[in-house]
Amino acid sequence: MGAGHAHRLYLPGDSAVHRLPPQCKLVAVLAFVLLVVATPRERMWAFAVYAVLLGAVAVTARVPLRVIARRIAIEVPFVAFAFLMPFVANGEKITVLGLRLSESGLWGAWNVLAKGTLGVVASILLAATTEPRLLLLGIERLRMPQLITQIATFMLRYGDVVTAELGRMRTARASRGFEARDVRATRILAKSVGALFLRSYERGERVHLAMVSRGYDGRMPVLYDVGATAAQWSAAAALPAAAALVALAAWMVP
Amino acid sequence: MKDVHVPDGFIDAPVSIAAGAVAVAGVAVALRGARRELDDRTAPLAGLTAAFVFAAQMLNFPVASGTSGHLLGGTLAAILVGPYTGILCVSVVLLMQGLLFADGGLTALGVNITNMALVTVAVGYGLFRLLLRVLPRTRASVAGASFAAAVVSVPAAAVSFTLIYALGGTTDISLGKVAGAMIGVHVLIGIGEAVITAVTVSSVLAVRPDLVYGARGLIKPLELRTGAPVRPAGDAGPAEPSRA
Repeated sequence: MGAGHAHRLYLPGDSAVHRLPPQCKLVAVLAFVLLVVATPRERMWAFAVYAVLLGAVAVTARVPLRVIARRIAIEVPFVAFAFLMPFVANGEKITVLGLRLSESGLWGAWNVLAKGTLGVVASILLAATTEPRLLLLGIERLRMPQLITQIATFMLRYGDVVTAELGRMRTARASRGFEARDVRATRILAKSVGALFLRSYERGERVHLAMVSRGYDGRMPVLYDVGATAAQWSAAAALPAAAALVALAAWMVP
Repeated sequence: MKDVHVPDGFIDAPVSIAAGAVAVAGVAVALRGARRELDDRTAPLAGLTAAFVFAAQMLNFPVASGTSGHLLGGTLAAILVGPYTGILCVSVVLLMQGLLFADGGLTALGVNITNMALVTVAVGYGLFRLLLRVLPRTRASVAGASFAAAVVSVPAAAVSFTLIYALGGTTDISLGKVAGAMIGVHVLIGIGEAVITAVTVSSVLAVRPDLVYGARGLIKPLELRTGAPVRPAGDAGPAEPSRA
């Protein structure tokens, strides 16, 4: 991950994809990515069709291409890894542009690049069209234990608060002339981490007391429910259904 | 300390699904255990700790010659808030990174949770408790045990990744090369992680020893020391302002 997560992916909008209930989109994306991963890597055309399918979703959802392109950068460490593969993998060597490369390494690189990129784009589309709060409601509808979704809700709600706290500590360090130059800086930075933990945990204690005083008994009241109709389920199924046909063809056609 | 969020397509479908089942079982055990560690305070406290892990991963540390890395935090979270809550926090962070930031493939979520939450915490926290049992009961040994636990936990995650790769890797790189590269790099990463973990744990221990779950019962609780009441001779009145 490396650079941290400065910006969120959600793009407010009112497209057909935005309006689908979150649980339908979650299941659709998961099924789609599983089908992509299960497709034999030699069927290059299948991956092209998958890309076209995702492109159609992006157009329907009105997610601009440059948002997707910017976010794909998260893949960079794996792209570097993929480029190394043809040089280090075993198997028969072939000569490409005067370089002796491993054939299976080339296939491996293609495999990771194609499937990894399709997976990232599918996740980007999900995150761009679904509000984080609704995503959590969606996973709760999919029978995720409530404790997990509660923890995730708190993390989401206080993530910015804790990150801002870290930012203020950085300002404070910088205003006292601190600059992280080498390993010796670690001691000071780790003390900040310790202080950050204390502030976060103590905030948690206060939040808990505030919740108890408002009647919290271990479960959150459901204020907003996201039911899904059969029509919405079948609309969301369009993507994985099309992908299933492609995957089936890729398995059958030699 | 670049951590590796495995993307989709790196591990084949059957093994990804099997790792998902392992992750679900591990998180289910952690859910039961976390209620024991934190009772009804679990959600807010684990949530804030997850936010802390998430934020702490953004802090970059200079490692060597211009490169920097960041904390993974599995062992640190386990020592501070307990192993079960630690597993939940790291798993939720991974889940959110996959869902909200497209970081780490959704089909690889099981692999990522197994490596970075289950294995890291089990190895790190297990070693930490084991060391505390043999070491003298001092703050220095808590720091030393944290260091050792974190330094081992990161390569342990690399070993577990290599095992999963051996079962379901999609590329034809010899296992020796993968193991060598992964474990070699992660030994270095582990040292940085260990320094941060040890200093962080001992700085929390200095201020709120009651908040270091792993050192519970080890550090004497702070006690209020009041000297024998000194009464000025001849003063019989109840002049003490507080009786607490």
